[in-house]
Amino acid sequence: MDILKMTAVELSAAIKDRKTTAVEAARASLERIAEKEEQYHCYLTIDRQGVLKQAEEVQMRIEKGELTGPLAGVPMAVKDNLCTAGMLTTCASRILENFVPPYSAEAVLRLQKAGAVMIGKTNMDEFAMGSTTETSAFGETKNPWNPAHVPGGSSGGSAAAVAAGECFYALGSDTGGSIRQPASFCGVVGMKPTYGTVSRYGLIAYGSSLDQIGPLAKDVTDCAAILESIAFHDEKDSTSIERHDTDFTLALSENVKGMRIGVPNDYFGEGLDEEVGDAVLRAAKRLEEKGAIVEKFDLSLVDYAIPAYYTIAAAEASSNLERFDGMKYGYRTKDYDGLHSLYKRTRSEGFGEEVKRRIMLGSFVLSSGYYDAYYLKALKVKALIKKAFDDAFSKYDVILGPAAPTTAPKLGESLADPIKMYLGDIYTIAVNLAGLPGISVPCGLDSAGLPIGLQLIGDCFQEKKLIRAAYTYEKARGAFPAADVGGGIAAGRKEGV
Amino acid sequence: MAKEYETVIGLEVHVELATKTKIFCGCPTAFGGEPNTHTCPVCTGMPGSLPVLNKQVLEYAISVGIATNCEITRYGRFDRKNYFYPDNPQNYQISQLYLPICRNGGVEIETKEGGKKIVGIHEIHMEEDAGKLLHDDWENCSLVDYNRSGVPLIEIVSEPDMRNAEEVIAYLEKLRLIIQYLGVSDCKLQEGSMRADVNLSVREKGAASFGTRTEMKNLNSFKAIMRAIEGERERQIDLLEEGKEVIQETRRWDDVKGESYAMRSKEDAQDYRYFPDPDLVPIVVSDEMLEELKSRQPEFRTAKMARYREEYGIPDYDIEMITGTKRMADLFEETTALCGQPKKVSNWLMGETMRLMKEKDVDAEDLRFSPENLAKLIALVDSKAINGQSAKEVFEVMFEQDIEPERYVEEKGLKTVHDESALLKAVEEVLAGNPQSVADYRGGKEKALGFLVGQTMKAMKGKAEPGMVNRLLREKLSQPE
Repeated sequence: MDILKMTAVELSAAIKDRKTTAVEAARASLERIAEKEEQYHCYLTIDRQGVLKQAEEVQMRIEKGELTGPLAGVPMAVKDNLCTAGMLTTCASRILENFVPPYSAEAVLRLQKAGAVMIGKTNMDEFAMGSTTETSAFGETKNPWNPAHVPGGSSGGSAAAVAAGECFYALGSDTGGSIRQPASFCGVVGMKPTYGTVSRYGLIAYGSSLDQIGPLAKDVTDCAAILESIAFHDEKDSTSIERHDTDFTLALSENVKGMRIGVPNDYFGEGLDEEVGDAVLRAAKRLEEKGAIVEKFDLSLVDYAIPAYYTIAAAEASSNLERFDGMKYGYRTKDYDGLHSLYKRTRSEGFGEEVKRRIMLGSFVLSSGYYDAYYLKALKVKALIKKAFDDAFSKYDVILGPAAPTTAPKLGESLADPIKMYLGDIYTIAVNLAGLPGISVPCGLDSAGLPIGLQLIGDCFQEKKLIRAAYTYEKARGAFPAADVGGGIAAGRKEGV
Repeated sequence: MAKEYETVIGLEVHVELATKTKIFCGCPTAFGGEPNTHTCPVCTGMPGSLPVLNKQVLEYAISVGIATNCEITRYGRFDRKNYFYPDNPQNYQISQLYLPICRNGGVEIETKEGGKKIVGIHEIHMEEDAGKLLHDDWENCSLVDYNRSGVPLIEIVSEPDMRNAEEVIAYLEKLRLIIQYLGVSDCKLQEGSMRADVNLSVREKGAASFGTRTEMKNLNSFKAIMRAIEGERERQIDLLEEGKEVIQETRRWDDVKGESYAMRSKEDAQDYRYFPDPDLVPIVVSDEMLEELKSRQPEFRTAKMARYREEYGIPDYDIEMITGTKRMADLFEETTALCGQPKKVSNWLMGETMRLMKEKDVDAEDLRFSPENLAKLIALVDSKAINGQSAKEVFEVMFEQDIEPERYVEEKGLKTVHDESALLKAVEEVLAGNPQSVADYRGGKEKALGFLVGQTMKAMKGKAEPGMVNRLLREKLSQPE
């Protein structure tokens, strides 16, 4: 029995059946990390001692029958912008290089309550600003499918860790595609829930009105189980929504008969890699064969999503990141002369280029005289985009398209041209602007052997439809090849799971 | 001929709300406490923390809006005001710019000519207070205490409707009274729970447009406000008379020196980059909530005065004074409810209470004695258990410590002596010891009796009932020698 080949839900079941233990699973993950981490650099912090201790405790509680959930005993990883009590939480930024929060993010606490064994914190783009994990102040993560390529971002460390078998699942955050795009690049499943489904308490904010926490996992089943654990109404987050339909695992059924699936023409235009487009349309065909009604349509406004997104997200970020000033925690410049100099030097030295670019952009669009022309206009575009989706969902249950226009680019190719990098978010960001749920499922490999992601988008609160469609597709697709053949992991490799 | 000038004044009044917990977290608002003990990740701006609105703050703000005749904003928001300063842990303050909770209200004041006038209220908005910087000269460093960070405030912005210092004071007193009656804040200027910034400009009488205004900060008492207004009016007129311009700026009042100095001009004004706070959901005020808060409005002063006239039959002057503060009116009503003697309660409040407040410089809000104990004291006097003089003595102690009067009288042996034989003995001794006064009285000098009463009281250590002393003395003196 190769533990590493199991999905999270399979592993937890095996632990419950006493075929293995949480400690063995943790050890297997640590061994895998020892073998591969140097090459991929998925993690910023690994809690080597703590992991085994946690695993022992969880194992005991499983044996006592205290932990019965589908994720109990499973080793996992957490993106480094989610606070973890007593463990470094850096946002991959110099400015928080020494920050150890005294509290954990609610999503992390929920998983720990469900018996998660936390291995450590994953690498990311600094403050989640980037699409490649190359803006991390602590070195880039490499794509386990081909280490010459990026894993995507900003949750690149989480996606790569799952793909490389260095954990069984991971938490990420998605502000403009930061879960779905790296999931697509790394051949794993990544899901961003409806805004307000998962508490943001303890998530270090980038764009507060867009940020959502979600799972990166080996398959749709794991994704549904993780989301079910972390979705809850939290009174500490005003934007958290009370939902009574978070039993997402109930939606894991192969049934898309009569499901209306809209394929936006806008998602297959200029800039889309041909191989990506073909793979995604093949996936649509599969769903059609399973009984779905697939139809092309015009979503409109897609071109406006990128400027609107970068205006709103940067505006919020410019304010959210003001608290990092060297006063209370985090990095402080060594050499300063007075208050102004302390602020200026700390922030100049503490933040990386991309973060500074977005802070400046955000400060500009909020400044007096420009607020109406930029920020308010972006909010109006956001409302129109929401309306375009509302219209689409009056006709379709699910919208289908690519998660990203290309497969993972080579390391070092993206940062020189930020506009081009921003354009890569074209298929994911509208989903955040409209607060919708979206999922990325691997749907093929390009000729270079890099994974392609199929994105399914649902109306607000329609995660179950998404899960049903994604699960049906995953079954129809069959086993997906493994990233790093040495590890031999793959989603859905056991037929008929 | 010298030009005549008119002063135009508008006020920005900050009021600290008396909620138990802070505006966006559960930390206590209590004043004092060791530095950074009333804090949590939210009010110290820790990464990942999120604000959640304390509903009581919203209710208090709306209540003030209703009481000051404002329109209540039914769909509002909080906005972030971005500026870097170490007392502001997030480097933005959560406030309201675009959709303040209350707008377009006003309160009526009396002018110094005796007329009435409405001072318009432009808006009332909710916001959080900042922490406090402490400068350690010894170590040559600055420290910050976030205990005050996140304490709820409302800012009441008036229209530029006031024309002199008296109107400003009348407006502030009116606001303070309304807010105290609502129980929303104690409004103490000295302690900073009420703070007023004065926007002032002057213009030639009859001019259609306003002059350039300045904003005056650091005004910690009504007296400072009066002085600052006079000073700023003169400063601006002097500038204009010299042919100079008034610069739009923020000035800081130094009450010790009796002058102000410029803090920052409009040119240095920061761009606060206000935008709606995405961490907080819109504030929706339902019909039900608004009706509920309207029905919970207390009886305000005018209504109270009318009721007192009707119900209690105490003099108008007493009514005026007692309803002048919520605390005094509460004391009056609660004590009267216990003892059923409005006139006597009013006498205690108007007489001894006011005297001691003046003497010891105590505000009505800081009065310590309870209605229960005042009612008991009145009963002790009524039953002739103690005399008036002893009662005043007891009250003075009550005023300081709210002691239980019965026990205190017992412990200190202040009870009036009703034993006639003991008193008779004292009277006889006094008469024997003061033959001259006795002779004077008998010779027709009625005044001599007062002296003899005093001497007898002294002999009885103040514990005799004066009526009885009087009667016995007269009886004895009318007897033949």
